[in-house]
Amino acid sequence: MTGLLEGKVAFITGAARGQGRSHAVRMAEEGADVIAVDLCAQIGTVPYGMATPEDLAETVRQVEALDRRIVASTVDVRDSAGLQSALDDGVAQLGGLDVVSANAGVFSTARFEDLTDDQWDDMIGVNLTGVFRTARAAVPHLKANPDGGAMVLTSSTAGVKGIPNAAHYVAAKHGVVGLMKTLANELAPHRIRVNSLHPTTVDTDMIQNPAMYGLFRPDLGTSATREDAEAGFRTTNKLDVPWVESIDISNALVWLCSDLARYVTGVQLPVDAGNLVK
Amino acid sequence: MGKLEGKVAFITGAARGQGRSHALRLAQEGADIIAVDLCEQVGTIDYPMSTQEDLDETVRQVEALDRRIHAVKVDVRDQAAMKAAYAAGVAELGPVDIVLGNAGIAPLGSAEPDPERTFDEVVAINLKGVWNTVWVAAQDMIDRGQGGAIVLTSSTQGLTGRGSDGSAAAIGYAAAKHGVVGLMRSFANWLGPYGIRVNTVHPTGVHTPMVENEVIGRYVEENADAAAMVANLMPIDLIDAVDISNAVLYLVSDDGRYVSGVTLPVDAGFTAR
Ligand SMILES: NC(=O)c1ccc[n+]([C@@H]2O[C@H](COP(=O)([O-])OP(=O)(O)OC[C@H]3O[C@@H](n4cnc5c(N)ncnc54)[C@H](O)[C@@H]3O)[C@@H](O)[C@H]2O)c1
Ligand SMILES: NC(=O)c1ccc[n+]([C@@H]2O[C@H](COP(=O)([O-])OP(=O)(O)OC[C@H]3O[C@@H](n4cnc5c(N)ncnc54)[C@H](O)[C@@H]3O)[C@@H](O)[C@H]2O)c1
Repeated sequence: MTGLLEGKVAFITGAARGQGRSHAVRMAEEGADVIAVDLCAQIGTVPYGMATPEDLAETVRQVEALDRRIVASTVDVRDSAGLQSALDDGVAQLGGLDVVSANAGVFSTARFEDLTDDQWDDMIGVNLTGVFRTARAAVPHLKANPDGGAMVLTSSTAGVKGIPNAAHYVAAKHGVVGLMKTLANELAPHRIRVNSLHPTTVDTDMIQNPAMYGLFRPDLGTSATREDAEAGFRTTNKLDVPWVESIDISNALVWLCSDLARYVTGVQLPVDAGNLVK
Repeated sequence: MGKLEGKVAFITGAARGQGRSHALRLAQEGADIIAVDLCEQVGTIDYPMSTQEDLDETVRQVEALDRRIHAVKVDVRDQAAMKAAYAAGVAELGPVDIVLGNAGIAPLGSAEPDPERTFDEVVAINLKGVWNTVWVAAQDMIDRGQGGAIVLTSSTQGLTGRGSDGSAAAIGYAAAKHGVVGLMRSFANWLGPYGIRVNTVHPTGVHTPMVENEVIGRYVEENADAAAMVANLMPIDLIDAVDISNAVLYLVSDDGRYVSGVTLPVDAGFTAR
């Protein structure tokens, strides 16, 4: 059986672990080669451990185990030149670009009046400007593709509604929707489709950490565990689950990027266990 | 191995067009089908509606895929008859996992001698018919405790009133299709705790006999506003029924197991412009 993305090349940011790795592996299963980038380093205002070079190497191993090619680079999505050269290099090696997953992101929390300039700047820099830079680097390559292409920007349920104590995250994720809608309009004549994904909580290191558990269990603070926080997460969703898995976001991504969704563009697709409808 | 092996889908408006395409696409993935359709003309519609032969053809094509199908001629407006059709289908094929509320009419461009009748009929079929469809299946799905997936077919006119000309047809169609979103959101809240997911699809113009006929063709030609109803962002006028079926398949399969309460346009960018 031929895959849904046979012969395609996918550019994925934040591919070292979590959803990004799952996207790389899932797309490779469907026949795509992968250009993977990740920071693989800590950002000071992020209250949990970020990905490491070993994580990115593991993504490379898993994609290669599927007999697909992968070109991986350590690069910051805030670094235009670095991002462009990593992408150009990957496109040169793999022979083109068809789909883009702008997935890299960070999370942190603070009461609004306590948000520091550094928290704000890091968040907007990575989660909004980083998505802009990713898309801008990719568009010339997609336009050069006679078959057009598909771009998927990872937003969040927090890109549709407000949540307390994360004004910078909510602002950045709403901003991603603005980018998506503009790009959908601008690129439709080139048969380039652009959509956004809006996950509810996903079972990754971004939320599986003491800082997040403490948010749901202020009574326990940072000594709260996954088990302590689970019930709190569950109340945010309409379906009876505390979180969804990375594979669920990857399945939505593959659908959006494949010909199965060849006329889907400008769409905000929640994968949110009914979080937004609740 | 198909994505819907061993599942049973209850599909309205399955005689032709998108409904037939959904039946075939789901059958290709292993589902058996309970297919219902009116197979008759309704009074306020000037374009030819489907026939018994159309429904027979759906049966033939599903059986050619080695899947089972139970087809019933029934009006989605008639709740008692819908209940009976559903029950007969379940008796033959087993309990329902998937419900597709797809049957509909588009009175735009049909003569409107009695606007009230036009409005009432489109709301009765396109809105109440969808409520009936879910209503006759939901309690069984809850009692069975196996979850399930429901997709209701709205329209781009369920998200925008763009291009409306003030006719009872255009207003009634848009109101009913917006109403379907209200049904979906209420159903998603009601049924979510039972693991039953509910979403809508919002097609732009689709190559089906509903729009590929003289009545609607003339309407779009003669009505400057109506052109706005079919102006997509992508350089394509009408998309194919299978494109909607592929969206439905994503939503009802395990690929979409945590997607619920979502309005999913399949509209070549129509609502994004
Ligand atoms: N986990 C959730 O609950 C959740 C919910 C909704 C949306 N999201 C979004 O999903 C996306 C993926 O997150 P995840 O859950 O996989 O978390 P994650 O922390 O496991 O993965 C994020 C990846 O992005 C990388 N990254 C961060 N900043 C970067 C930068 N400046 N340059 C390059 N790479 C960078 C990280 O190193 C990491 O590998 C993010 O955009 C996140 O905001 C996550
Ligand atoms: N074709 C389009 O451009 C388009 C665009 C957006 C939305 N839609 C919607 O898609 C759905 C499917 O339409 P289609 O394009 O396949 O058109 P279609 O006319 O080919 O099919 C609709 C089917 O519904 C059946 N039906 C109508 N009234 C019924 C009733 N009272 N009881 C039982 N069955 C009944 C018809 O007999 C017909 O077989 C409709 O809800 C329509 O409003 C269509």
